[in-house]
Amino acid sequence: MTGDPSPPRARELLGGAAAVAPLLVGVAPFGVMYGALALRSGIAPGAAMAMSSLVFAGSAQFVLAQLAGAGAPALVLVTTVALVNLRHALYSASVAPALAHLPRRWKAVLAYLLTDEAYAAAIARLGPGSAPGAHRHWFLFGAGFTLWASWQVSTAAGVLLGASLPASLQLDFALPLTFIAIVVPMIRSRAALAAALVSAAVALAGAGWPHNLGLLAAAVCGIAAGALLAARRAS
Amino acid sequence: MSFWLVMLAGGLVTFLTRLSFIAAEGRFAVPAWFRATLPFVPVATLTAIIAPALVRTGGRWDLSPGNAQLVAGVVAIAVAAWRRNVLLTIVVGFAAFLLLRLVSPP
Repeated sequence: MTGDPSPPRARELLGGAAAVAPLLVGVAPFGVMYGALALRSGIAPGAAMAMSSLVFAGSAQFVLAQLAGAGAPALVLVTTVALVNLRHALYSASVAPALAHLPRRWKAVLAYLLTDEAYAAAIARLGPGSAPGAHRHWFLFGAGFTLWASWQVSTAAGVLLGASLPASLQLDFALPLTFIAIVVPMIRSRAALAAALVSAAVALAGAGWPHNLGLLAAAVCGIAAGALLAARRAS
Repeated sequence: MSFWLVMLAGGLVTFLTRLSFIAAEGRFAVPAWFRATLPFVPVATLTAIIAPALVRTGGRWDLSPGNAQLVAGVVAIAVAAWRRNVLLTIVVGFAAFLLLRLVSPP
């Protein structure tokens, strides 16, 4: 895209879709597994499907289905979703400057579509230091909508196949795999490596903590480690 | 009925979380130290999900070579570091996982 300061909408849209496409290979089996798990947890097929568009957050939906199956109270369910998805506030902060000029409706749509995968696919186009472009938000829309559509299809497949899918298949391993494919190429500095190592250590230490608090603590410690190391090297 | 309310509330919380900074942009100054933490957000948060998924199976620690998640995860990390290719990482990682499960079923 160098030499063209403002690529047209269609090219941004297709660029976003193409950037997220490889991730779908991991997202699809996870979606199928979510659908099957939701049914096993006693969630009605219609509700299991509706969750994919109402909540639209893979790991949160998975945890929600597990907890609902275990009979956790409503307040714990909603709080867990909030904690598991708290990282999306930080995604929101990092794309916000690139979307500042957009009308409210656009901001709402893009916020709804701001998943881990869409963010990972689009951050190179919208994040700090990326090339400007009047239609960059179409890139995020292309990535986000492509992911949304495939999430609906794969979770529907999981709901339809339902009981015929044995839990021992463990297709849910596709989620950590997808995240590995996103994270590892991002580790290009000592600070990023420190963020990953500290986060992994705290996540393992806190794996048994209630309400997924280990996840939150790991994220905060990892981010702090990376930022502190980067600041020290810069000064 | 109450599960629909849980889903609605969960969806609303998720949406508002994702909207937060996008909607607030320009209305208040985000401190520089906060901006400096952002590049580390995906690495730290996603690693926090990955690590327990590899090392803990069924709520227990398992560092043995019989842990298919751990071995396939390490293979995927190696492939990702070597080729930096998303598709290849997922395909090789999943193939390794299924192969290990075939060789030694849980």
